[in-house]
Amino acid sequence: MYTEKVMDHFQNPRNMGEVEDADGVGEVGNPQCGDVMRITIKVDDEERIEDVKFKTLGCGAAIATSSMVTEMAKGKTLDEAEEISKKSVADALGGLPPQKMHCSNLASDGLKKAIEDYRSRS
Amino acid sequence: MTESIFMDNAATTRTDPEVIAAMQPYGNEKFGSPATLYALGSEAKSAIDGARQNLADLIGADPREIFFTSGATESNNWAIKGVADALESRGKHIITNEAEHHSILMPCRYLEKKGWEVTYLQVDGDGLVDPEAVIKAMRDDTVLVTMVHGNHEIGTIQPIAEIGAAARARKVPFHVNSAQAVGHIPVDVDELSCDLLTVSGHKFHGPKGVGALYVRRGVRITPLLLGGGQERKRRAGTHNVPGIVGLGKAAELARNRLDKEPARLAELRDYIIDSIENNMEDIRLNGHRTKRLPNNVNFSFDGIEGESIMLSLSYPTSRDKKPIYVSTGSACVSGTLEPSHILLALGVPVELAHGSVRVSLSRENTREDADSFLSALYEVVERLRSMSPVYKRGSKKCASGSGSDGCDCEAAT
Repeated sequence: MYTEKVMDHFQNPRNMGEVEDADGVGEVGNPQCGDVMRITIKVDDEERIEDVKFKTLGCGAAIATSSMVTEMAKGKTLDEAEEISKKSVADALGGLPPQKMHCSNLASDGLKKAIEDYRSRS
Repeated sequence: MTESIFMDNAATTRTDPEVIAAMQPYGNEKFGSPATLYALGSEAKSAIDGARQNLADLIGADPREIFFTSGATESNNWAIKGVADALESRGKHIITNEAEHHSILMPCRYLEKKGWEVTYLQVDGDGLVDPEAVIKAMRDDTVLVTMVHGNHEIGTIQPIAEIGAAARARKVPFHVNSAQAVGHIPVDVDELSCDLLTVSGHKFHGPKGVGALYVRRGVRITPLLLGGGQERKRRAGTHNVPGIVGLGKAAELARNRLDKEPARLAELRDYIIDSIENNMEDIRLNGHRTKRLPNNVNFSFDGIEGESIMLSLSYPTSRDKKPIYVSTGSACVSGTLEPSHILLALGVPVELAHGSVRVSLSRENTREDADSFLSALYEVVERLRSMSPVYKRGSKKCASGSGSDGCDCEAAT
């Protein structure tokens, strides 16, 4: 049901945890839906994402998409990172089962929220 | 073949090699249809008769009361629709409970659309139906009571004999979905006072695609499938001879083990339950502690989600560990946004229903398997909780039996 890439990110998640003294925090989802993601970012002077980490409660797809988003966002400018969409995350993972596109693919929203949070602080 | 530990036996079981051996001649060599009169046909007919006797012996029935079907889903559909149709002139009310399998609930909902009234009795926090509630719910126009024997997800065993006696006192036909119980615990249709009983072959090491409906003599039921005169004109279609022979063999093998196997499994089950309760925090046992199928364990783990537990167990990170197969009541595998309706019916909070794992054992599972499962489980739950943004040790969420407000997932996204 899941691609090898999804399973790889699920079993060996990249950037799991929380960035210390985060410049932006984004949390999406709801435990009652079975998915919650928390993305924390560190932004450098040139508005690039210097560090990004995730913590996720959820299914295989939820964890894999979170891991993938952090990998895609790292080193990008905030404007570039905001362009990361659900579809581009799913594509980078070699695709997701259709029912997972809606409920478990929230990581890009989490990232956007973290960026918004950063911008609202500055 | 990768060696693995299969603990999803409530979903299906491995077909016993003796069952396959018994079925084998009926594919190529003795392929006749039992409806034909020449020797090839009568060979098949006597094989079916033998299987019918074996299954009748397993559940204390007369062979003439056994009707072979394609499995439990057909048997459940047939029992409900067939009795409702046959007794329509007497009344249009059916009693069941809210924690039933979909192959019970869906035919009930279908009949509701056609003008029948269905009472879905509530279950308590352990999944039990109160026989008194059944007595209170019965009316003059009640034509069927249908109750699961052992719940497929939480393993709770209903007080079937008491419910059966109550239904009989009111002369209301009583159907029991015994798909998870037959072959696992002793089942006797007279002791249970049931009029119809569903059997599934592949739940006790028989082949898939074959089952049976026990119909007590004198119980009126309209056929679901019309056509030829097979199964005493009650279930048309050329017999699935290899499948039926396999079901008969599985019934014979199960019966031979009924004196010892349920106790062995119950001990293994209790070992797993006790180990989890003694070694883990923020967990909840779902289903009744003792009134429980001997092969069922179902736990919720706070702060994590069931599919990721299931996936982690089935794809071990190191090569010296075997994949372990279990199942979950999480929405992620149901194809909807809602987790298991059965867990919700018990009052399990939605977030804990998402984090449920079902282990269902079979005669193939050993103490060693249980230990492998437990050590893998401890590791997986610890790892997933370390990734969870919401898990807080000792939140006491698991202690509360109270329900949740429900899931508004569209809004949450």
